[in-house]
Amino acid sequence: MTTVAAPPIVGSVHSWDLSTGTDGPGTRVVVFTAGCPLRCLYCHNPDTWQRRNGTLMTVDEVVAIIARYRRFIAVAGGGVTLSGGEPLLQRTFTTAVLQRSKELGLHTAVDTSGAPGDRVGDELLDATDLVLLDVKSWDPATYRQLTGGDIAPTLRFGRRVADRGIAIVIRFVLVPGITDAPDNVDGVAAYAASLPTVERVDVLPLHHLGAPKYEALGIPYPLAGVPTPTPDEVEAVRARFRAHGLAVT
Amino acid sequence: MTTTTIPTPSSRRPDEAWAGFSGTRWRETIDVADFIRANVTPYTGGPEFLCGPTARTTALWRKLTDLMAVERERGILDVDTATPSTITSHAPGYIDRDKEIIVGLQTDAPLKRAIMPNGGLRMVREGLAAYGYELDPRVEEIFTRYRKTHNDGVFDAYTPEIRAARRNGIITGLPDAYGRGRIIGDYRRVPLYGVDRLIKGKKADKAALDDRPSTEEVVRAREELAEQIRALDELVVMAASYGFDVRRPAATAREAVQWLYLAYLAAIKEQNGAAMSLGRTSTFLDIYLQRDLGAGLLTESEAQELIDDFVMKLRIVRFLRTPAYDELFSGDPTWVTEAIGGIGCDGRPLVTKTSFRFLQTLYNLGPAPEPNLTVLWSPALPEGFKRFCAQVSIDTSSIQYESDELLRPRYGDDTGIACCVSAMPIGKSMQFFGARVNLAKTLLYAINGGRDEVTGEQVAPPMPPVTGDVLDEAEVRAALDRMMDWLAATYISALNVIHYMHDKYAYERLEMALHDSDVHRTMACGIAGLSVAADSLSAIRYATVKPVRDERGLVVDYVIEGDFPTYGNDDDRADQIAVELVETFMDKLRQHPTYRNAEHTQSVLTITSNVVYGAHTGNTPDGRRAGEPFAPGANPMNGRDRRGLVASALSVAKLPYDAARDGISLTSTVTPAGLGRTREERIDNLVGVLDGYFDAGGFHMNVNVLDRATLLDAMEHPERYPQLTIRVSGYAVNFVRLTREQQLDVINRTFHESR
Repeated sequence: MTTVAAPPIVGSVHSWDLSTGTDGPGTRVVVFTAGCPLRCLYCHNPDTWQRRNGTLMTVDEVVAIIARYRRFIAVAGGGVTLSGGEPLLQRTFTTAVLQRSKELGLHTAVDTSGAPGDRVGDELLDATDLVLLDVKSWDPATYRQLTGGDIAPTLRFGRRVADRGIAIVIRFVLVPGITDAPDNVDGVAAYAASLPTVERVDVLPLHHLGAPKYEALGIPYPLAGVPTPTPDEVEAVRARFRAHGLAVT
Repeated sequence: MTTTTIPTPSSRRPDEAWAGFSGTRWRETIDVADFIRANVTPYTGGPEFLCGPTARTTALWRKLTDLMAVERERGILDVDTATPSTITSHAPGYIDRDKEIIVGLQTDAPLKRAIMPNGGLRMVREGLAAYGYELDPRVEEIFTRYRKTHNDGVFDAYTPEIRAARRNGIITGLPDAYGRGRIIGDYRRVPLYGVDRLIKGKKADKAALDDRPSTEEVVRAREELAEQIRALDELVVMAASYGFDVRRPAATAREAVQWLYLAYLAAIKEQNGAAMSLGRTSTFLDIYLQRDLGAGLLTESEAQELIDDFVMKLRIVRFLRTPAYDELFSGDPTWVTEAIGGIGCDGRPLVTKTSFRFLQTLYNLGPAPEPNLTVLWSPALPEGFKRFCAQVSIDTSSIQYESDELLRPRYGDDTGIACCVSAMPIGKSMQFFGARVNLAKTLLYAINGGRDEVTGEQVAPPMPPVTGDVLDEAEVRAALDRMMDWLAATYISALNVIHYMHDKYAYERLEMALHDSDVHRTMACGIAGLSVAADSLSAIRYATVKPVRDERGLVVDYVIEGDFPTYGNDDDRADQIAVELVETFMDKLRQHPTYRNAEHTQSVLTITSNVVYGAHTGNTPDGRRAGEPFAPGANPMNGRDRRGLVASALSVAKLPYDAARDGISLTSTVTPAGLGRTREERIDNLVGVLDGYFDAGGFHMNVNVLDRATLLDAMEHPERYPQLTIRVSGYAVNFVRLTREQQLDVINRTFHESR
């Protein structure tokens, strides 16, 4: 009798880097997966939209990269973040990388829109210490206008993550004229406040640093000409979140 | 020369000055490190105890900042064109006599520069001319007709080959027309022991030579000791002109700071060395401050005032230099480097409250490049200190960090930093500063058989140029190896000439008087353009590089097909090439005997000279265009480190310190958002990054926390940012004093921003 080895799990990876303080706590290996179901108007990584544009990597290859930084992360503080693209889109691959990272003793995070959350198994959540959940808008119509998708799966996913006791950081991108309506902000805030494991809300002002990527890809940049929010506008929105008893940065 | 009456000897005995101090060894022999070990009070808390500036401090500092604004406009504020500077050449000078707690200036007025022709008259003449002054004809006559300078001596002994290498910029920045610097007197010896005791020691050392046969070495040692004693005598006279008797040890904290400063002042009145570093004084001074604080003689605010006043003096050290020199090392640098922190060999931290007080000056007086505050970092430092350092870095970008974990095992726990990254045990070791060679140009010489790619001149002896339509790695490597052999030989030869002449014509009498008489010497070589050379070799190995030859047969450009890994992404394929280059050149340097048997070392450091080196170097096989700046120090090339600050730093950390014992410099620039979302988070994360980098074997890191927008605004409105400080390759500069080219280089250099 012969045993047939299972084929290695492969993922489509756009790139990886080391970042500090932006993709979860401390210094982290951030793996950007390729492929995303949404098309957010402000997306600053349009080069990660298409799964076919990524590099195929086995879990072993990715884990070998992560393992090199085990010592650095142990000393500096930090962990591993699966970002994208949309990491939940490649749930088998993402689950395996998170599990292996946990085995290395590393803190794990997933940076997601939550859109494919319904199709994600519990074993992925069991290997995740922190979910960076992008709640891009509360109003379903605005959400669709902004992302091309539905808000409902994101909200269900956030609830499920919270029910399992996993820490959450809510991310909300402030786009003048699109996401800044007071009712819209209050809706996101009330939702965030209803999730017991939310540690913090990050209000991220719109920036145009991704615009050159659109040019390089030959895609029109949809938010060209939209002003970035003033510090006062950002502060006003933060205050709105704070009013719901949330920690906000 | 001023005439001053020296007061009659004080009746106070050392025992009185040393009351309350512990330990024995340091009393019997000159051993400041032992004194510190026996008396240090490590501080493990946070910055809560610190005091802000007093009204007096602020008023005095404002007076100086007003003068500095005028200086910025004119280039220099004033200069004495007639009096070659010596320890006693100028009458006492004051900023505001009633307000100053610590006194002493290089000349009779603040920011008024002095001339120091011993290094070279041409530099003095050109320095004066650049600012509309003319050298006094009498000085001109003396130093042309009667007295030879270091510069004259060097050019008497340079070979045609050295001159050609220098002229074409493959060996550059050599201290052959100015003071070599990078020697740190142990200025703490003056307050601890008093000058009488130091002279006694030097006399005994000299007497010990009396029975030795008068060989060249012994004669030189006797003469040097005689000169050292003479310089100490002059220090006593200069101090007396300010009303202090430094023959005896300092008895109070204020005296300790004053004595220490006077000793340093004597050094900078005698030498305009490229770097005139201070050493490691904060924890030494802390012992005196603690004693007075404990006895109720001083309040915390008064203790801080002493340090603020001292640092103010260190911020106005000035030398007359030429615009060409400033083009290399912008911002009028003096490298008054002070090493702070570190861990003692007994495992106790050498962090004291005065370590904090020194850093606090960056708040009390605002950010500034001088003194060059250098934290000797170890993950084992007290948390409170690490967090305060990170906070100050984030707020001021004015600190550099060096690895105490690499320094302590090699040099002990009383190590200071000369200039930017050159480590030396204080008072026991000095270096012969050797500037650096251009490694990127060396590769081009290898490809072109020793001809300069810009001038076409045959600089190195003719060697077979690389042939063929595609650069072959083995062929290029072999040619590079031969070229490095030639370069190492020529380089050491030039340095031997320079330091022979510097000892002869511009000997650092006072600084060497504050060293042990039997001193260790290093020959500090250096390389620039490491990342360009490494990436070029990577391109040749991993991509296809086709040379483009001009009508002279010179390769002047390269066509690159395909991708190749670059240094700075923690990718061993490229990083190992950089490691090999460092190790290979170090091995080659070691094959050539040095003047006074100095130990060979090298640095990977450029300060701001990476811009000028780049300007004089043609197209390189990595795709860098002719004239484009190199990356500073050991930095990866601008924009090629794509995996973030940490990956970039980890590439640099692979360079072996033992093959670059004169230091490896890394400048990291990050936006605040690139460290975290809140202030607390940024502090925590920067502490983490520093811990991780030094744990991984990193040697040095400059940390700039800046927005690109701020720098662009500062270029347009320099008057709004008189104190904007950024760190470049081992040194901090006032951004608004950089040339426009250098400003653009800084801005274009990788900003590590969040995605």
